[in-house]
Amino acid sequence: MNGGQDLGGKHGLGPINPEQNEPVFHAEWEKRVFACTLAMGATGEWNIDAGRFARENRHPADYINASYYQVWLYGLEVLMRERGLLVEGELETGKVQKTRPVKNLLRADKVDEALKAGGACDRKISDSAQFAVGDKIRARNLNPKTHTRLPGYVRGKTGVIAAINGAFVFPDSNAQFLGENPQYCYSVRFEATELWGNDNNSGSCVYVDMWESYLEPA
Amino acid sequence: MPHDGHDEDEGSTLSETVLRVKALESLLVEKNYVDPDTLDQLIDIYEHKVGPRNGARVVARAWCDDAFRQRLLEDATTCIKEFGFEGRQGEHMLVKENTDTIHNMVVCTLCSCYPWPVLGLPPVWYKAAPYRARAVAEPRAVLAEFGVTLDDDTEVRVWDSTAELRYLILPMRPKNTEHLSEQQLADLVTRDSMIGTGLALEATS
Repeated sequence: MNGGQDLGGKHGLGPINPEQNEPVFHAEWEKRVFACTLAMGATGEWNIDAGRFARENRHPADYINASYYQVWLYGLEVLMRERGLLVEGELETGKVQKTRPVKNLLRADKVDEALKAGGACDRKISDSAQFAVGDKIRARNLNPKTHTRLPGYVRGKTGVIAAINGAFVFPDSNAQFLGENPQYCYSVRFEATELWGNDNNSGSCVYVDMWESYLEPA
Repeated sequence: MPHDGHDEDEGSTLSETVLRVKALESLLVEKNYVDPDTLDQLIDIYEHKVGPRNGARVVARAWCDDAFRQRLLEDATTCIKEFGFEGRQGEHMLVKENTDTIHNMVVCTLCSCYPWPVLGLPPVWYKAAPYRARAVAEPRAVLAEFGVTLDDDTEVRVWDSTAELRYLILPMRPKNTEHLSEQQLADLVTRDSMIGTGLALEATS
């Protein structure tokens, strides 16, 4: 979706302001949101792509004005409400009104194992890659209202295949629970002048990881 | 995005958030969706056990052992796993090497993708809108805000983590460090040098 999350190239957002000796978390509630999100992710009630969509699918001003863990909190609430894991009024009253067992409960003694295992997204597919290293491509001008990992700033732009990273789960379909639909994911090099024009952009380029269906020959 | 939760003008929103999180966590536990010990353990791991010192060990090894460096650039996931750093948000690792002529840096313009097993959780600035917006469009200006100025003829390569590949930058080894041990070298490797927004520290003589 062309939402507040698609930030590449946007102006007016101010300086970077890195914080010296920054702590991992800035408040207790951030820790709790982080842990609740990971633990709920482990229930298997949704996938990582649906999780990303839940965070970004809101008014762009709200997305940008919320702090990072406020965005996570919002996303977690959305995902739970969609599945009836959280119902109207429960957060306000603190009283359970409705519940059901989740698919999987991550026990404390399995945390290390679960983190170590991770969630690999590469898949073996029988098709051969449509593009080869060195091929010139154009990023398709796709504007789905649903989840996509094709950033707006490359759409319609021309780049060169720099590497074939193997086949990966396709987030655009996976986020909608329409299947993993794995396809080749390429590293594509775009010159800064192609992306941003000729002013002050000499000597830099951007590499973007792009699924095959985001690309067309150029 | 504002800094996380310590801006004064966010006071009322912040206390609402705190209450909401408390209510949510209680419900999750009561409904048996989460094990409360699991929550504490997850926090402990990412607050105290996983962090950029992991990545620094990998970089220092690459500086000392050229065969390892070669393997790391070809198959980063396997090489990093040899240190026990693996799994969540590091399933598919790529290492990009900075040289005299090429400077690499990493961003995730669409969210906050970051190689957790080697760097821990990302800093606020990495996840916030200004860096995500500007790193791809004006990397040299961004680097300047981190105090990094590169030669005009150095090519800047920005890696936008739009997929599940996670990037670790192999910074250049500082000069005059031939006498240092691998462990001493690891102390020169900063988090930012492994994101590409910084350089490794100079050796103190």
